[in-house]
Amino acid sequence: MSRYLSTSPYQLGNASVRRVMLLVLAGLLPGIAAYVWVFSPIILVQIAIASAFSLLGEALMLKVRGKPLSLFLGDGSALVTAWLIALALPPLAPWWLVAVAALFAIVIAKQLYGGLGQNPFNPAMIAFAACIVSFPALMSMWPSVTLKLSFIDQVQVVFGLMPHVDAMNGATPLDSLKTSLKLNEGGVNVPSLLATQEVFGYFAGRGWEWVTAGYLLGGLWLWWRDIIRWQAPLAFLAGLVAISGAFWLWQPAQYASPLFHLFSGGSLLCAFFIVTDPVSGATTPRGQLIFGFSAGILAYLIRVFGGYPDGVAFAVLLLNICAPLIDRYTQPRIFGLKGTR
Amino acid sequence: MPHKLFRFNGGVKPATHKTDSVRAPIGRAPMPERLVVPLHQNIGGKPQPCVALGDRVLKGQVIGTADHWVSAAVHAPTSGTVRAIEPQLATHPSGLPTLSVVIEADGKDEWIERRPVDYASMAPESVRELLRDAGLVGLGGAVFPSHAKLSASKKTPMEELVINGAECEPFITCDDMLMRERGEEIVRGAGIFRDLLEPKRVLIGIEDNKPEAIAAMREAVAAAGESFEVIAVPTRYPAGGAKQLISVLTGKEVPSSKRSTDMGVQCFNVATASSAYRALTFGEPLISRIVTLAGNVEQPRNWEVPLGMTIRDFIALGTPRADTNRYLMGGPMMGFELPGLDAPLIKASNCIIAASPKLFPPPPPEMPCIRCGSCARACPHELQPFELYWFSRAANFGKAQEYHLFDCIECGCCAFVCPSHIPLVQYFRYAKGEIWGRERDKKAAESARARFEFRNERDEREKAEKAERLARAAAAKAADNPLASATAAPTAASPAATPAPAAAVTAAAAAAPTSPAVPGEAPAATGEASEAERARKAMIAAAVERARAQREAAAAARPHDAATSPEQ
Ligand code: SF4
Ligand code: SF4
Repeated sequence: MSRYLSTSPYQLGNASVRRVMLLVLAGLLPGIAAYVWVFSPIILVQIAIASAFSLLGEALMLKVRGKPLSLFLGDGSALVTAWLIALALPPLAPWWLVAVAALFAIVIAKQLYGGLGQNPFNPAMIAFAACIVSFPALMSMWPSVTLKLSFIDQVQVVFGLMPHVDAMNGATPLDSLKTSLKLNEGGVNVPSLLATQEVFGYFAGRGWEWVTAGYLLGGLWLWWRDIIRWQAPLAFLAGLVAISGAFWLWQPAQYASPLFHLFSGGSLLCAFFIVTDPVSGATTPRGQLIFGFSAGILAYLIRVFGGYPDGVAFAVLLLNICAPLIDRYTQPRIFGLKGTR
Repeated sequence: MPHKLFRFNGGVKPATHKTDSVRAPIGRAPMPERLVVPLHQNIGGKPQPCVALGDRVLKGQVIGTADHWVSAAVHAPTSGTVRAIEPQLATHPSGLPTLSVVIEADGKDEWIERRPVDYASMAPESVRELLRDAGLVGLGGAVFPSHAKLSASKKTPMEELVINGAECEPFITCDDMLMRERGEEIVRGAGIFRDLLEPKRVLIGIEDNKPEAIAAMREAVAAAGESFEVIAVPTRYPAGGAKQLISVLTGKEVPSSKRSTDMGVQCFNVATASSAYRALTFGEPLISRIVTLAGNVEQPRNWEVPLGMTIRDFIALGTPRADTNRYLMGGPMMGFELPGLDAPLIKASNCIIAASPKLFPPPPPEMPCIRCGSCARACPHELQPFELYWFSRAANFGKAQEYHLFDCIECGCCAFVCPSHIPLVQYFRYAKGEIWGRERDKKAAESARARFEFRNERDEREKAEKAERLARAAAAKAADNPLASATAAPTAASPAATPAPAAAVTAAAAAAPTSPAVPGEAPAATGEASEAERARKAMIAAAVERARAQREAAAAARPHDAATSPEQ
C-alpha cells in the first residue's frame, strides 16, 4: 500500500484523515458537555458503548477484508459514527440497542460497502433509521430533563439491571407537540402549548435546546477551522427555516416557529455533523447547497407530517441517494471557462 | 496608486525554505573541464548538431541550429573541443539518453565574435530571429522558445505584458537574487519585449515575500525612466504560474484552448527578460543561467552556471550533507527527481535541491478518498481532482477528459492538501500518458494501414506492369512471327494487358499522395499555424516519453534508486 513518492509534489501539507476526524470529534464536545450538564453523564457511558462496539465491528471487518488494522482503526472515522449514534439515540436506551446500532452502522452500512470513503449512505443515519423502524418504542423513550434518577440508577437502567419505569418514559419535545396537536385536532394553540407543557423550554425542548445550541457552537468552530464548508449546513438550516416559517406564518396556532424547529430534535446535529459528511453528501459547492436545502425541507415534512418523531435521518438518507446525481449536474466551471471578468 | 489585484482559486502555502540560499550573492561557478550540452533543451523542434567530432568551438558558438520556427539554437558554453556527439543521460525524469554535444573546455573561455545590435532600428521579424538564434527560451522552467511568444495576436490588441518574478515554489530563489542584483537587465529586457508586443502596460509581478527584490525592481524601473508597474502579489503557491499571475494581475483567465495573446496579454519570466537583453545588447547567446542550490547542503546559494555543467560538478559547490539520498530539479511541488548526477544543467534548470529523508519524508500511507473536497478547493484550475482520481483509477479516461484532465497543470496543490495522502498528480500523469499512448497507437495503426494500402497498390501496379510487359513482348513476338500471332495474341494480351496501362497510371496516381503518410517522410510543414501544432505535438511526445518513463521507473523502482544513491 505504501508507496514512496517518486514524483512531485515532494513537500506535503499536514492534513490527514485522522486529524480531520479528531477535529470533528472535538466539534461535538460542546454539545456533549451541555448534554452532561442538562441531563446526565450517562451520555458518556453511551458514547463509550457505541465507540467500543464500533471499533470492534471495524476491527473484525478489516480483518475479514484483509485490510491493515493499524492504519484504518486509527483513522477516527468509526469513532465519529459511534459518537453520532450515541448522541442520536435516547440516553437511557438499553446498551444492546446502542451496540446493535453501532455494529449495524459499521459492519453493514460502512464496511460491506467497501469501508472508509465508499459508503453511499451515512452509517450513523442508517443505523438510526434501522433502529427506529425495528424498535420504535425504545427509540421514542426520551426522558424528561427533570427526571430524578441517580447516575447509578441510570447506568443500571442502561444495562438492564433495573427496569424502565413509566416515569422515565417521556417523549421528545417534537413528539409531544405532534401528539398534543393530534389529540386535540384544531383545538389547541401551539404558543400556549409551548408555554404550559413542562417538556418545552425557552425556545425549544426544555434542556435539549442547550444541547443543540452546543452542536451549533461546535459546528461553527469546525467551519472556522475549515473542516466543514458553510454551504451544506447553511442551506439545511435555510431549508428548514423556509418551510417551517411558511407554515408558521400561515397558521401560527397550528405550527411551531422556525426557532423551535431549529433547536429541536436533530436539526443542528444534522446541519453541522451529518449533511456535512463528505463521503455520502454532495461535494460541489452548488451541490451542497441543493443537498442541504432539500434535506432541510424533507426533514421538516417528515418530522411534522410523517409517522416518525424526527425526520432528519430519513431526509438525509433520501438525499444520499441523490448525491451523485446532484454532483454530476452541479460541476463548477473551470478556470478560464467562466468568461472573462 | 495601488494596483487592483484579483484572486485565483485555491492554491496552498507550503513552507518556503527560501531564506538560506539568499544570504550570499550570486556566485560565478568555475568552468568545469567537461560540459555536456543536450541539443534539445526547448519545447518544440529538436535543434540539429552543426559541429563535428574534434572541432574546436568558441564560447557562444552555435553547436545546434534551430530546425523550426518553434525551436531555439544551442551554443557552446565555453571554448574547447567537441569530444562527442552522442546520446547522454538526459536531465529528465525518464533518464533516457538525449543527443548531446560533449565539450572539453580548453580553459581559455574564448568568445566567438559577439555582435551587439541596436534592435530598435531592426525589423521586429529580424529581432525575433535573432532571439531564436541566441537560444532564448522561457527560463522559468517552461523553456518555450521566447521569440515565438513575441508576436501580438492579429485580432486582439495587446493590453498587458506581465513580467513574472513571483517565484512561488519553495526553495527556489534564483529569480529573487536576479531581481536584487540585476534589476536593470530585467527592465531593459522587458523594454525589448514591450517594443515587440506594444502592450498598453507592463506589469512586473513579485510575491510579497521578496521585499528586497520588489524594492530593487522599483529602483531599476525608476532609474531606467520606464513606467512599468512593480506589483507585490500575495504569496500563495502557484501565484508564479503564468496563468495564475496573469489572472492575479489582470483578472484575465486564459483558458487552455487559447493563447494568452488572444486575450491581449503575454507573460515572460524575469530571467528570460534579462537574457534577452544580454543577447541583443552584448550579442551573448544563452549559455549560462542562475541556478539555486538548496536543500540538504552546507552552503545553499545561487550560482551563475555554464549550461552543460553536470549536476555532479554543480552540487560540489554546496557540499551536500551525508544523508542526502537524491536530487531534485525544480521545486518540491513540480520538480522531479534527477535520474543521475551525470545529467547536465540545462536551460530549464532553475533549482537543484539536495533531498534527504528528513527534508522530504516518505508520505504516510495512502488511504481511500473520503471525498472531502479539499483538493477541489485547492486546485487553481478549479478542477475536481477527486473525480479525476476516481476516473483515472478506473481507467475511465473518456470521463477523465470530460472532467478536464488536460487542464490540470500538475501543480500538486491537490496532493499537498489531501488528508488521505493520495498521490493525485501521479494518477493524473498516468492517465494523461495512457491517453497519449492510446492516441499514438491509433496513429501508428493508421499509418500502418496507409503503409499496407500503399504496398498493396504497389504490388498491384507491379503486377499490372509485368502483365503489360508480357503483353508487349508477346505482341512483338507476334509481329516477328505472323504465324504465331493468331494464337499468342488472344491468350497473353487480352484479359490482362489491355487494361494494364490504365491501371498502372491510376495506381501510381493513388500511391503518390499516400506516400508522405509513411512515417519519416512527412514534408516539412510551413506557416505559423503548423508551428503551434508542432509545438503541441512535441509537448505531447515529451509527455508520453515522461509517462512511459515513469511507468518504467515505477516498475523498476529499486534499481532506479540504487542508481542514484551511491553517486552521492
Ligand atoms: S483531498 Fe483527497 S480525500 Fe479529499 S476529496 Fe480530494 S482526493 Fe479525496
Ligand atoms: S495538480 Fe492539477 S488537479 Fe491538482 S491542483 Fe494542480 S491543476 Fe488542480
